[in-house]
Amino acid sequence: MNLAIDCQGLIKRFGTYTAVQGVTFQLPAGSIMGFVGPNGAGKTTIIRMVCGVLVPTEGQATVLGYDVKTQPEEIKQRIGYMSQKFSLYDDLTVNENLDFYAGVYSLKGKMARAQKERVIERIGLNERTPQLVASLSGGWKQRVALACALLHNPQLLVLDEPTAGVDPVSRRIFWDLIHQLAQEGMTVLVSTHYMDEAASCDYLGFVFYGRLIALGTPEEMKKREEKDNLDDLFIYYVEHEASDDPRNLRLKKGGRG
Amino acid sequence: MLRFSWVRFMAVLKKEFIHILRDRASLVMAVAMPIGMLLLFGYAVNTDVEHLPTVVWDQSQTSDSRDFIISMRNTQYLDPDDFVQGYGQIEGYLDSGKARAAVIIPPDFGKRLQGQEQAIVQVLVDGSDPTVARAVMSAVQMLGLNKSLQLQNQRLIAKGTAVVASTPLDIETRVWYNPDMKSKNFNIPALIGLILQNVIAMLTSFSMVREKERGTMEQMVVTPIRSLELLLGKLFPFVFIGFISLSLILATGIYWFGVVPLGSLPLLILLSTIFLFTILAIGLLISSVAKTQLQAMQMTFILILPSILLSGFIFPRETMPKLLQIMGGLLPLTYFLDIVRGIFLKGVGIKYLWQDTLILCGFAIMLLVIAAKKFKKNLD
Repeated sequence: MNLAIDCQGLIKRFGTYTAVQGVTFQLPAGSIMGFVGPNGAGKTTIIRMVCGVLVPTEGQATVLGYDVKTQPEEIKQRIGYMSQKFSLYDDLTVNENLDFYAGVYSLKGKMARAQKERVIERIGLNERTPQLVASLSGGWKQRVALACALLHNPQLLVLDEPTAGVDPVSRRIFWDLIHQLAQEGMTVLVSTHYMDEAASCDYLGFVFYGRLIALGTPEEMKKREEKDNLDDLFIYYVEHEASDDPRNLRLKKGGRG
Repeated sequence: MLRFSWVRFMAVLKKEFIHILRDRASLVMAVAMPIGMLLLFGYAVNTDVEHLPTVVWDQSQTSDSRDFIISMRNTQYLDPDDFVQGYGQIEGYLDSGKARAAVIIPPDFGKRLQGQEQAIVQVLVDGSDPTVARAVMSAVQMLGLNKSLQLQNQRLIAKGTAVVASTPLDIETRVWYNPDMKSKNFNIPALIGLILQNVIAMLTSFSMVREKERGTMEQMVVTPIRSLELLLGKLFPFVFIGFISLSLILATGIYWFGVVPLGSLPLLILLSTIFLFTILAIGLLISSVAKTQLQAMQMTFILILPSILLSGFIFPRETMPKLLQIMGGLLPLTYFLDIVRGIFLKGVGIKYLWQDTLILCGFAIMLLVIAAKKFKKNLD
């Protein structure tokens, strides 16, 4: 099996605080893996280690065949990254943002133009190119950010809560695109709080207190704990793993903190 | 992979120029602020004492007293335009600020002068501005001294006891470098340094901090861009803007205020460029500490006060306490002021400025290295 990501016992400490403790998982090329878990569980830290931005304190990770510790530049050139903030320049037009990211990924001349046309066509940005990003709605900003992340034909797409704060229709359009890309062979690593999104992933990882406490296909995971849906599974894990968390006391009383 | 990439550098450069062109406020700041500050400082920071409104109570009303008033006007320091009767009126003039000095000529002024006696003239000066007061006092004393020497001479000749062609002692003073002792000649060259520092440091730090504020820095980190490419791509537009500001200030100084550099203009521009790099580094350092544009702005203002007070911009550094001298010595502006004033006022070349230039180069290199290191660390 061709692995896009292979993490073995990743640990990340910031001073005395351990943000990620011993994360191990493998992701076959061409599949979608979703990370779910409460805020502050360590999803972003794992993602940043996979991207070669944070150096793991301990453990090994290979991304697209490159070591995250020694070859981060090779990895950065081959992955597309997009976060909930849609890191675009508001005072630049869609076209100028695309030009900038094309340059950042060392695309030039004909190649840059061809790639730009391809993603504009693909994402359906044609009428939006002369518009300032500041004048776009959240859904469109999200699509432009995705276009910027796809310019250099990445083999792995890393999405950190890409749909936070976006309306349901835009979310649907976005995820249709993600599934198409995966079908064409792109590997996708995504973190999300939406269980409908999580359910459509090929693999799911549940991150809690810096650990990957459950891993598998959504169906397997539901079956394993005998839950009907992922919402129930999520709450079950949180209750089970951290019964002393004040939020859980409220959960047991029937509230939804 | 680790090689410097022109494509990536040009992408940043192009983006930065678009930012600057779209951001009206920064553009206005880069162009209007230098000229505005120059006009403000050029006119307001004027320590020359000239044509002070003066009130006169001439109780003598003789040709001698009128003669004295005319010679007073001829000093250019005092404008004896208002004439009053009585202390009450004088007080009113000084209290209201309508006059800054008052001259009281006694009734027996003419009689005493003619009668070979000593005449006493009373001069009241508004001391609320010590600089003005000192200047007026020395001008009036000078006038009195000259007048009495002149009279003494006349009396001696009239008596026929001696023929003295000239006064016993004549001190001839001459001022070098700024013969008219105009404060604008002193201030305007220095303003080049001060204005460049404030405008460019602020704009540079803004451009960096904005990226942090917007969260685009987070995105940059995940791309293959190298810190050096990002750094140079972001700094270069401000070198360009710095040159525009510099030319504007120079042109306004030369053509509007008539302050023409006596020394070499190319040398001035070359040394200003070195100074510009130290400022870019300062802006960069500010941006590596500040998290928001507001903080960056505040930090730039923290820099402004010592720059005005300790660099020798207004007050001479030689008379400062040792500690303040040392603190002033830590400001690159201090050395740049020596350079611009040297070139503008003394017309000296590198032969006399090499020490300041060397220190300035040292600052430029040191600050740029620290700033680049900090910047890289922030990015990682």
